[in-house]
Parts: sequence; C-alpha cells; structure tokens
Amino acid sequence: MTTAALDLSRRIPAKYVPVLVTGCLFVAMFVVGGIRYEGFASGQVILNVFVDNAFLLVVAVGMTFVILTGGIDLSVGSVVALSTMISASLMKGPGWPPYLVIPLVLVIGSVLGMVMGYIIHAFDIQPFIVTLAGMFLARGLCYTIGTDSIPIEDATFTAFAQTKVNLFAGMWVSPSVVIAAVVVLVAAYVLHYTRLGRAVYATGGSEQSALLMGLPVARTKITVYTVSGFCSALGGVLLSFYMLSGYGLHAVGMELDAIAAVVIGGTLLTGGSGFLLGTVLGVLVLGLIQTVISFEGTLSSWWTKIFIGLLLFVFILLQRLFSARRT
Amino acid sequence: MKRLLWPVVVLLLLLVVNLVFTQNFFSIQMRDGHLYGSLIDILRFGAPLILVSLGMTLVIATGGIDLSVGSVVAIAGALACLQISEDASLFTAVALALALSVLLGAWNGVLVAVVGIQPIIATLILMVAGRGLAQLITDGQIITVNSASYKVIGGGYWLTVPFSIILVLVVLAITAFLTRRLALGLLIESVGGNAEASRLAGIRSRGIIIMVYAFAALCAGVAGLMISSNVSSADGNNAGLWIELDAILAVVIGGTSLSGGRFSLGGTVLGALIIQTLTTTIYSIGVPPETTLLFKALVVTAVCLIQSASFRAKVFGRRGRAAPPSPAAPEEKVRVTA
Repeated sequence: MTTAALDLSRRIPAKYVPVLVTGCLFVAMFVVGGIRYEGFASGQVILNVFVDNAFLLVVAVGMTFVILTGGIDLSVGSVVALSTMISASLMKGPGWPPYLVIPLVLVIGSVLGMVMGYIIHAFDIQPFIVTLAGMFLARGLCYTIGTDSIPIEDATFTAFAQTKVNLFAGMWVSPSVVIAAVVVLVAAYVLHYTRLGRAVYATGGSEQSALLMGLPVARTKITVYTVSGFCSALGGVLLSFYMLSGYGLHAVGMELDAIAAVVIGGTLLTGGSGFLLGTVLGVLVLGLIQTVISFEGTLSSWWTKIFIGLLLFVFILLQRLFSARRT
Repeated sequence: MKRLLWPVVVLLLLLVVNLVFTQNFFSIQMRDGHLYGSLIDILRFGAPLILVSLGMTLVIATGGIDLSVGSVVAIAGALACLQISEDASLFTAVALALALSVLLGAWNGVLVAVVGIQPIIATLILMVAGRGLAQLITDGQIITVNSASYKVIGGGYWLTVPFSIILVLVVLAITAFLTRRLALGLLIESVGGNAEASRLAGIRSRGIIIMVYAFAALCAGVAGLMISSNVSSADGNNAGLWIELDAILAVVIGGTSLSGGRFSLGGTVLGALIIQTLTTTIYSIGVPPETTLLFKALVVTAVCLIQSASFRAKVFGRRGRAAPPSPAAPEEKVRVTA
C-alpha cells in the first residue's frame, strides 16, 4: 500500500471506499471513452446504458438484499425468463389485459422467492442449492409453457417499449428506467431507514448475534428472498417491455451479471456490508463495458465476458485488501 | 453405508420406473463387437458428468466449490479441437488442453488458498471470463475436427466397452486409491473441517486446496475432451453449459455436505448416475424433454429435504421415527410447485 492510499482511507471511512473506487472507475471509463471515440461523451450515452440495463438494475437491487444477508440467489435469471413467458402467453392466448397480467406475474415471482426463502430458513439448506433448484424449476416451467419465442403485441406493452420520457436538452429515457429508478429509491430507503434494512445488515454481519439481539432473523431471511423474487419478476416485466417477447431462453446467465454488478459495486459477499448506490454503479460499469466494446467496433462480443471477469477479479482483490486491513 | 441409502433408493426407483415404461430397458446387446443398450448409454452419456462431479467432490470436501468447471470443459475442448484442426498430433492437443486445465485450476486454488477469496466468488471469475476465453480460442466459431483418433476419447470403443466408460473407471479407481488407501483423503477432509486447525496440526492446507482445484479442473478438462470428441466439434459457448450445477447436484445428492469435511466418492457417482438416468428416463417414457428441468428441480428438492436434519425432525418427528418415508415425497412436490 502506498502512503497516498493510506492517507485517503484514513480520511474516508473504509466502508465507502469500494463504492468510491467503482465510481472513479466509471468516471475514468467514461472519460477515456470520450477521448477515444467520437460522440461518446454525451449524457445520452449514459442514459442509454440505463435504458439497455433497466431490467438488470432491478434484478441487481433484489440480489443486493439477498447478498447483504450473506445469501445468494441463483434463480433470478430464470424467474425473469418465466415472467416474460407468463405475461406473453397470457396476453397472446386467453388475451388477458396487462393490468391483470403484470400483478399476477409479480405475485408469482414473489411467492417463488418466498417459498425458496422458507425452505432455506426452515430446513437449513444452503441458499446456493435451494435457489439452484428454483432456477431449474423456473426454467423448466418456461419450457412447459412453450419452447418458442412468443411475441407480445399488446398496445400497453408496445407503448411502454416505444415511449420516450424526455428529460432536458433533448435527452430521453424509457419508462422502464423511471420504474427502475423508483425501485432503487424505495430499496435504498428500506435498506437505510427502516427496521427491515437494519435487520438485513445485522443478519449479514452475524446471524448468530442478530438472533441473540432478538432480531427477526427468520422473517428477514424469508423477506429478502421474497424481495429478490419480486425484483426478478419486475425485471422480467421490464425485459418484456424491452424485448416485446416472451422466451424461455431470455436472460440466460443474468444471475451472473447481477452477482457481478453487486460485487463490483462493493458489496461484500459474506454479507453485512455494502450500498445500493454501489450496485447501481456496478450495473453502470457493466453496461458501459458493452457500450465501449460496441464503440470500439473491432472487438468481438466475448471480450465483454473477459473484461467482466477481469473487473470481478480486481474488485474482489480490492475487497480482500480492505477487509484484511480492517481486521 | 447408511449415507448411501437414499441415493441408492432414488436410483433404483428411477430404474424401476424405466422397467415399467420402457421395453428392453435392461437388455444389453452385442452389435458389431460393441456393447449396446440403455444402461450402457446412461453410463456413456453420463461419463463427463461423473468425471466433473468426482473433481467437484474433492473441492467440496475441502469446504470449497468450483463454479468454473463448465468453462474449463469448454476451454479444454476448444483448445484440443483448435490444435487438431491445425494439424497438431493428438498427443500434443490432449496434453496442451489438459495442461491448460490444470493451470486454470491452480489459478482458482491460489485465489482461494493464498489470496483468501471465498471459493464461490474466486471460481465465479473464471466461470464468467472462461466462456469468453473459450470463444476467444475458437474465434466465436464452432470448430469441427475430422480425426478418427480424437473421436475415440468420447465416442470410441475399446474391448467392446465404450472408451469413455473405461476412462471414467480409471479416474475413479485412481481417485479412490489416492484418497481412500493413502492419507490424502483424510488430509482433504481435515482441511474441509477446519483449514486453520489443519495447518496448525502440520498439514499443508494451501497445497492441498490448490491441488484439489487443479484436480477438479483436470477432470473437467478430460470431460471437455470427451464432450468435444463425441460430437467432433468444439463450441465455446455451449459446451459444458451448466455442467457445474449438475455436478454440484450430483455431489449433494451423493451425500457430501456442502460445508465440507467429509465426502463420498461412491455417493457422487450414484448422484451423477441419478441425474443422467433421470434425463434418459424422461426421454424414454415419453414426457416432453422440455420438462427435464422441472423433474430435476423436484428431485433436487426432495433429496435435499430428505437429507436435511431439521426437515426429518419436522416431518418424521411428529409421526414418530417408524413412519414410512413415502408420505414425505408428495408433500414436498406440492411445496415446490406452489
């Protein structure tokens, strides 16, 4: 460690350092991109990252809750796919209206999450295995509904897909981004200003201590998986706005993107430490990598995966350094 | 042996289902000097999964987990096929692919043991980046090779038996010998029980951990060769996709605890066979193959619940110890589908 870094970490509380590092990385990527590519340094580029990743942002918010308690949820990608599939098939086949379909999908996602949370808590089985079973279940349900992509032609959905919410100076976002922003704000409020939020951090910090303090650990654990299920279902709805189709192969591997975003955002995987703002920055960094690669033009799409892997490595190493110094 | 009771029961149950629904399921024939039959097919197609699961067992026994095996499968297959398509000899191709696999495994091991990163995260890095690497090697294409000798690894026969089965038996025998006849198994279990205590007791925990990750990657590499040779092509994107999850399931079904400290190679082989038999059964009894994942979810949940001590206490405890286990199964299924 250089002395400069030490000075810095003395002035700034250690818990903010990972988020700051991610923030700096984002700014640095944006500046370098702006210098290298023409038309990169505009607000719309950043807004487009939001537009293209609104669903991932919502899913990552749910994942943040789970990871803060020290758990993990592998089922999110499948639940996203299941949500797109259910909404597409219900609107195409029986012709259900969207105001019935969307709440139904959200309820299904939440119930799935709650059941997984209940099994994890009540039977003391590792979250990894339970959510893995949930992942298989949701993907399997997708394929039982249908193996082909189902187009969505509903007027409300297409309106959501095509509407542009104008901000200032000609910049715009999609309605999905607005929904995602609301989710982020509500989640940040819950995490930092409510009892549930404190219980989430306490459970992740030390389940034993939280239990001895009289915190409702059982309820908290079941709640976070329910929140994650709800967020995945909502992410699925946003994805169906974006794709205008339901397909069993949508969002394959999205759980990895969500986990990567949370980790890059500085949340400790052992739980108990991290911020929602970090997750937002994590999603932005992931999205910006894709933007940079598309601006570069000559780089193939698989470089995205390699870069994300490298970033994960660097950030985990950083986390390791900081947590090692604190103890 | 009591630990293996449930996996054996489940496997037998699956086989009985096949006996009822499929004709000639248990017949094994000789055709053109090769063994044919549904049971042989289960073994042959299950071979890569058994291999990967064996490596995973040792990793999980040290209290770790390896998510990157699927990517290693893809990388090994891609590198071997690339070498062969560039006219390298079979030996060079295989050796290079396996060497790279071991290297990647050792990288995982170093991250876990030396840097001290949680295993699930350390291997997540390679899981994400590895797919990219595999596509980098194949340049995003599917490399097809036309090599009879390479085809033997996954699709060939030796002494009437599919070569892949022999390969699995050899790896299984070596692993069983190393871990159960030598002290290595004990050391691995000790590291899984408590790595720090083991180190203080004079066991080189770090070395053991790096070794098991390297071994898991080696197994994955061999499985990757098998998969790519069976179809004579390498697909960086889809080869070995989700095999890490199947392997972890196989290990868990086999009764190895995810918290480490003890393992059962026999259980793992049974677990892998259960998964493969399940897949085959679904095809043979005419259920649409799309629902395989549903059945997998049900079996996983059932097996995990049965093995969970608190579940047994809750369900069987109320009805007394002697209650038959059969009522438990439908109950779980309701709970999962709800």
